[in-house]
Amino acid sequence: MSLLKLFKKKESEHGPQKGELQGRGILVFENTSEVIRGERVLQDAGWKIRVMGPPPEIRTGCDLIIEFPLMEELNILRSLQGAGIEPLQVVPVNSPLLQPVDIFQTKDFGQHLMVRAANMKLTVDKKTHTVVNISGGGCPDVPYLAQEMVGKLLDEAPSPREIGHTLCGYALQLAYEEMTRRC
Amino acid sequence: MLAVVGTVPEPDFPLITGKVVLVDGDVCIEGERAPINRGTPALLAAAVKVCEALGQPAPMGCLVGDTGLGKGSRHLYEYVTQEVSRWDVKAMAFHYLQPDVDWHNRVLFAVQDMAEPPLLIADAGFMYAAKMSGLSCDYALFTPDVGELAFLADEEAPHPFYTRGFILHEDMKVPGLIERAYAHQNAAACLLVKGQPDYVAGRDGIHAAIDMPVAEAMEAIGGTGDTVTGIVAALVASGMDVREAAVLAARVNRLAGYAARPTPATQVMDIVAHIPAALSQMLPDGVLLERSHHG
Repeated sequence: MSLLKLFKKKESEHGPQKGELQGRGILVFENTSEVIRGERVLQDAGWKIRVMGPPPEIRTGCDLIIEFPLMEELNILRSLQGAGIEPLQVVPVNSPLLQPVDIFQTKDFGQHLMVRAANMKLTVDKKTHTVVNISGGGCPDVPYLAQEMVGKLLDEAPSPREIGHTLCGYALQLAYEEMTRRC
Repeated sequence: MLAVVGTVPEPDFPLITGKVVLVDGDVCIEGERAPINRGTPALLAAAVKVCEALGQPAPMGCLVGDTGLGKGSRHLYEYVTQEVSRWDVKAMAFHYLQPDVDWHNRVLFAVQDMAEPPLLIADAGFMYAAKMSGLSCDYALFTPDVGELAFLADEEAPHPFYTRGFILHEDMKVPGLIERAYAHQNAAACLLVKGQPDYVAGRDGIHAAIDMPVAEAMEAIGGTGDTVTGIVAALVASGMDVREAAVLAARVNRLAGYAARPTPATQVMDIVAHIPAALSQMLPDGVLLERSHHG
């Protein structure tokens, strides 16, 4: 199946359907790392949530939000509060939200494999599973993530989800997960 | 003179401004050191090498520590808006900064209020904010890679993370993306697109495609995009035409990378060392000397 067909299939399976926006809300946090922590807490608790892009009226430049079933607002807020996470705002969804990237491109260099998600590229030694390079991206945690991950084994390096703070960090997490699936 | 505004991936690195020198593989400003592995230190290291070769003044660095929470970037934005009117610079390059549209606009307006506004170059996070602000046309040069070009071409995406699939799709060729970025006013006067080949383009179309020499591993090496931005920024600050500088920078970066005989595991500092020889090889005899006398 071509990537385009796969994407179209994913859109129809997971993208916003007519009427689907009703009954959904968004949780707005101070920064992306709070979103990433919140996502983990809510997924671990079994809530059906999605990390998405914010509507235009609340965008600043490097944002993520969590979309959730509005009916479960109190329970979800309780789960977050239990983990010490406090959203800045809870807003009903009234327009389509931006869909995070879900296309990966891979390049096989022989000894090394590179996975690209959006603007982030992660390269690993196929034999040893050592992270040999991280490139792309533009948010200031990218050089920090590279500093902390390059030279370490894929399963021993800290994951971008743990130490990243921005959308580039989140994109690198997607590349990291894809690489983990492939290695 | 060139000014470079960016970040260092250390939470406690102080906000510092001054002349940049290279010391034992680190960039050094006023005694504060940062390793040249990628990011703004890699850009600065490449710029220092070019300025030295051309006999130009060393670049001025304006750096702060930021590991992604954005606090350092916002501190730096505030500092630049207050201080930039006192700077005497021909070109300014903005780099790894937390994308923040409101602060981007304040910085841009402060620069435009200068008595002699410099040529503006944006890469990385600051380029994202420039595109989102709708003010891309105020810039002399953007230096995206292909993934970032797709983001510039997507009029709806506020960050590369949200670039729509049909635009990101690998069949969407770079010339089409360039055209689309200009059609939606989301590109600077000149684009240097880092890829295979590298493209230099403007509103009137593609000016040059640079595809030799090829070191395929360069795509995987973190910091190679930063070095090409550092090279072009230093060339522009020396007085070279922006398009001419972009073409030369792409060639020099390729040649330096090729000379380092890279693998996907090579680190960018190994490439920076080859920049002076690559520049000397690409410039006609006597140009280095001439620029050092008239720069």
